[in-house]
Amino acid sequence: MTENNTLVARTQEEALALNVPLQEENNYTTLNLGPTHPATHGIFQNILTMDGERIVSSEMTVGYIHRAFEKIAERRPFYQITTLTDRMNYCSSPINNMGWHMTVEKLLEVTVPKRAQYIRVIMMELARISDHLICSSIMGVDTGAFSGFLYVMQEREKIYEIYEEMCGARLTTNMGRIGGMERDLSPTAIKKIKDLVYNSLPKVFAEFEELFDRNRIFRDRTIGVGAVSREMAMTYGFTGPNLRAAGIDYDVRVMEPYSSYEDFEFDIPVGHNGDTYDRYKVRNAEVWESIKIVRQAIENLPEGPYHADENHYYLPPKQAVYQNMEALIYHFKIVMGEIDAPVGEVYHAVEGGNGELGFYLISDGGRAPFRLHFRRPCFIYYQAFGELIKGGTVSDAVPIMSSLNVIAGELDA
Amino acid sequence: MIDNQRLVEEIGGHFGEKVRQFEENFGLLAFAVSPEDLTEVVAFLKDHAVLKFSFLTDITGVHFPDNEGAEFCSVYMLHSWENRIRVRIKVFLPKESPVVPSLTPLFKGANWMEREAFDFYGIIYSGHPNLKRILNMDDMDYHPMRKEYALEDPTREDKIDDLFGR
Repeated sequence: MTENNTLVARTQEEALALNVPLQEENNYTTLNLGPTHPATHGIFQNILTMDGERIVSSEMTVGYIHRAFEKIAERRPFYQITTLTDRMNYCSSPINNMGWHMTVEKLLEVTVPKRAQYIRVIMMELARISDHLICSSIMGVDTGAFSGFLYVMQEREKIYEIYEEMCGARLTTNMGRIGGMERDLSPTAIKKIKDLVYNSLPKVFAEFEELFDRNRIFRDRTIGVGAVSREMAMTYGFTGPNLRAAGIDYDVRVMEPYSSYEDFEFDIPVGHNGDTYDRYKVRNAEVWESIKIVRQAIENLPEGPYHADENHYYLPPKQAVYQNMEALIYHFKIVMGEIDAPVGEVYHAVEGGNGELGFYLISDGGRAPFRLHFRRPCFIYYQAFGELIKGGTVSDAVPIMSSLNVIAGELDA
Repeated sequence: MIDNQRLVEEIGGHFGEKVRQFEENFGLLAFAVSPEDLTEVVAFLKDHAVLKFSFLTDITGVHFPDNEGAEFCSVYMLHSWENRIRVRIKVFLPKESPVVPSLTPLFKGANWMEREAFDFYGIIYSGHPNLKRILNMDDMDYHPMRKEYALEDPTREDKIDDLFGR
């Protein structure tokens, strides 16, 4: 038997490289991972071509929950767009909300008072914590450990209670207003935040980390799986924890500080290999950094107003609307969306739960944006998924997907 | 420290007439290039020893229906992490042939961003490995973000713009 006879070419490229005829009959099977599969945690499809256990190639199909936010935004006054941003990364809606508010404030050239900026920082960091808690614990669920998920669910519930205190909502928060916050931090909210960042969360989270960090099964399933090199991360447009896991310390909060992030002392955790375990570790380290930021912000909370004096966009208090003619007029104009925005072209980026969340707004001087584009970090880095899982097994693909933290709402806009 | 002034000098000095319409919006430098020069300009910015615009932040499309001869615009956002500076490149395209070279050879991440702009605006990225719809369904026969497609049903009479201050 010559050596040539043993070579089998299963794809066109292999056939050319090995100079043997393409073997038409292969034993490939097609496997649909999604659209509705417990491992996708959302609705998107991965069509995998399998050679036994190994993934030969894959095709990702997205858009199952596309809701045309960019088109809808072209018809809506600015304050009504906040509710659209909620529904992108619904694991950390306050970051999306405030990113949008800051974009509009940049266009209007409004300066937000320090107190409002600090409250925003607190809310954004709590949102980041809840986002990372879910992602890290879901990785546990996907590798077969459910208890960690339930531990941190309790903490997420406490964060949601703080949201409720701030805006009345839990998931799609619509928090804050253009020009500041809708309401000040109430004593209850302050108590709950302090209790969270000083007492309950550090304890529970340390326990959670103990469950996984040195867990043999978890480490075997994640170390070296789905590694992303620095070059690959950059060429694919990775941002956020997934990029930092590959060893690049890019963080919008430090690169272009917004909302007084320059006032706070915190580190940017980075990983080495960019594999699934590193992504998990970076997220966990970021939770500790976020706790640090919230502590600093709540301790040094400045006095003063919690919103800017911006009566064209900031709704007047309800009491004033009933008693004051001017407030009534502004209330009517804002609610009916009769206020024209200045002409301009703005790009504003915030560090979302998954990476750089950008808002590219073109205003032609009308009531609604002429064009609004969301730079959604998920959408951009998820295209690397096919390359990451190639050659691996399905059981590798599942933790890789959950470690990338792909949120279907953000993916599809 | 690299500021926008320096960028204008570097880019303008190297490309001369090829780059035009420099403008600064909220501290962010933007300029326009012709589609045939795009790859050259982006490659220059990416590989420049000092500028190092090595990260492609975003690609998106814009439709200006009143801008005759340049109805479509493909917008590129580059970021230089080392110099902490961003730049925006615009390529204006006529509606008859909105064709622009794909940036996928330079940045793999351009793949889906370009597919999205194609899906919504019908901008053709020549040389793209897999230019098909991404968020909308495949059998859709129009590009929905174009301005001629009104969001609301234009035949409805209870939603006249005048009544809503639009």
